Amino acid sequence: MSKSIPPLITSSTVDKQQRISFLKHMLMAREFDLAMQRLNRQGRAFGGVYSQTGNEATSVGSASALGPNDVLFPMHRNIGGHFVFGQELDVLMKAFLAREGSLMRGTDGTGHYADPQKRIYGNISHLGAMIPVAAGFTMASKLRGEMCVAMTYIGDGGSQTGEFHEAMNFASVQKLPLILIIENNQYAYSSPNSIEFACERLSDRALGYGCHGITIDGTDVELVYETCMDAVNRARNGEGPTIIETITMRMRGHAEHDDFSYVPKEQLAHWQLMDPVDRYIEHCIAKKVLKKSEIDSMRESIIQDMRNAIDAVIDLPFPPAEEAFRNVFMD
Amino acid sequence: MPVMTYLEAIADALRIEMRMDESVFMIGEDIGTYGGAFKLTKGFLDEFGNKRIIDAPISEAAIIGAAIGASLNGMRPVVEMQFMDFITCGFNQLVNVAGTTAYRWGIGVPMVVRGPAGGGVGANPFHSRNSEAWFVQATGLKVVCPSSPADAKGLMTASIRDNNPVVFFEHKGLYRKIKEEVPEGEYIIPLGKARTVCEGKDASIICYGSAVHMAVEVAERMKKEGVSIEVIDIRTLVPFDEEAVIASARKTNRVLITHEATLTGGFAGEISARITEKAFNSLDAPVKRVAAFDSPTPFAPTLEKAMLPNADIIEQELRELLLY
Ligand SMILES: Cc1ncc(C[n+]2csc(CCOP(=O)(O)OP(=O)(O)O)c2C)c(N)n1
Ligand SMILES: [Mg+2]
Repeated sequence: MSKSIPPLITSSTVDKQQRISFLKHMLMAREFDLAMQRLNRQGRAFGGVYSQTGNEATSVGSASALGPNDVLFPMHRNIGGHFVFGQELDVLMKAFLAREGSLMRGTDGTGHYADPQKRIYGNISHLGAMIPVAAGFTMASKLRGEMCVAMTYIGDGGSQTGEFHEAMNFASVQKLPLILIIENNQYAYSSPNSIEFACERLSDRALGYGCHGITIDGTDVELVYETCMDAVNRARNGEGPTIIETITMRMRGHAEHDDFSYVPKEQLAHWQLMDPVDRYIEHCIAKKVLKKSEIDSMRESIIQDMRNAIDAVIDLPFPPAEEAFRNVFMD
Repeated sequence: MPVMTYLEAIADALRIEMRMDESVFMIGEDIGTYGGAFKLTKGFLDEFGNKRIIDAPISEAAIIGAAIGASLNGMRPVVEMQFMDFITCGFNQLVNVAGTTAYRWGIGVPMVVRGPAGGGVGANPFHSRNSEAWFVQATGLKVVCPSSPADAKGLMTASIRDNNPVVFFEHKGLYRKIKEEVPEGEYIIPLGKARTVCEGKDASIICYGSAVHMAVEVAERMKKEGVSIEVIDIRTLVPFDEEAVIASARKTNRVLITHEATLTGGFAGEISARITEKAFNSLDAPVKRVAAFDSPTPFAPTLEKAMLPNADIIEQELRELLLY
């Protein structure tokens, strides 16, 4: 596996402030990941801890293409998008660790929460289930004569569900402003692409729906951003949905319990060189966006913020047991 | 009061709510130009336009999922299943997304999934099912099974205005078979309130949907012999009017429960358990159940008639109950 490492693109539509913001949010995503891995090793996190390492450029670049009236339907490896949408660290920690004050009151955990003020609607575990929901969200705005683009995500495995197909056909028929990112990170749990699908590119499915489709390098944040901006512009022009397949690599196991010994070492070594965060740091230094020392101190302060958020949340009690009996129905 | 069929009464409720509330819209297969497989939405497209009467592709999961998304974004969708049997294709959306949202997010998902259910019309195993009990155990979904035109109207109004997902089972055999006076204009019957169809003192029949008509027929037959039967139509399975059922059991001391759905795992079992738990001391006989045979709904009239419950079977079982 001696594929060459492509240079990152330098988007002509991105300014210095945006580059700094991409970098910061990618670092936040990476450090959140590392923090959750540590908590898991210490036995202080429970439930599944799903690493998104390798997915930072895709989640940050895509969410950054949305505007204030748009909406994010993230999946399990999109923590970067939560940061782009301004979610607070302590809100995330309470949700992930199911502590008192979690937006889900302990009824669910991880990034499954919804925060309508922040325009974030989390996923359920069932893969593919949120694609039609995201489509319907945009349809409601359209019925009222408003415009709201929804961005949602699915994996190389999840794109084999029936709901993927129904939702993308429906959204294409209705010309809904929906963007679906297929994060092709080579594996669905232990299953490589060869077990999941037989087509060459997952974005080719767009042809069957009559919408736009494109496959790109998912480790290049500016490329992801530019591609998503095109999709957002088409969506706002009433041209309907876009399917964007981003090629990435899941750098760890499906979740932290999984030793991913089924992944060939050479494959991981290749993708290690493709690391979206490391490469973007170098890119920003080379393009004189920030000095190395400035990036180091940005990272240091992010790490400190993570520590503070964990310290503030970890000793909070779990939600009171009575919460189990509330809100099955709304009044 | 105008006289309406069951189908007209449902359409009347939908039309009134759509006129009053801009956030109500309908989505389903062939509901626009064609007016729906049973013509329930005939004329709706002309009145409300194609933004509020949405013809969708044959994608039950996408339709129900999109309705959930629209509901999260301020709308009150009403989804038509061409036949309630096809709700299985959207089961995941309803059960795992709609049914858990209030609990997980504290956000209501006002929406109604409605359509024709039930057998007795020679429609085969895939157009006849009574699947209401599945949704009872799903949690987070309200389940409505109206038996009469007036009830269908009032309960539909309540379902649309409810802040939770409601699964609304219309019995296709009743659509054009029964007519009655239905209150004009806005008419609402709160979910979770049973109706005493007729009062009695010798035994109670607890029922809902099409079975109410069988129960009433049996009560009338028995009346001629001087036996007085109380018929309670629970109307909604979730929420369940336990109080009304327990009160009737305490009053008559003998209870028969009947529904058109299959027996095992059916809602009659739940009702029976509640009565045994809460009114055991009042019972003069074990609770009886009359329901369909545990099989798919067969096609040929001879088979279908044998599989479904009917007034004769209810009468026979009731006589046994009275003699116990
Ligand atoms: C419908 C459904 N089936 C099975 C699962 C269990 N499951 C959770 S994640 C996963 C693998 C997903 O792979 P992919 O879609 O490629 O996403 P990735 O985890 O690689 O980002 C599986 C099988 C599920 N959540 N939903
Ligand atoms: Mg994958």
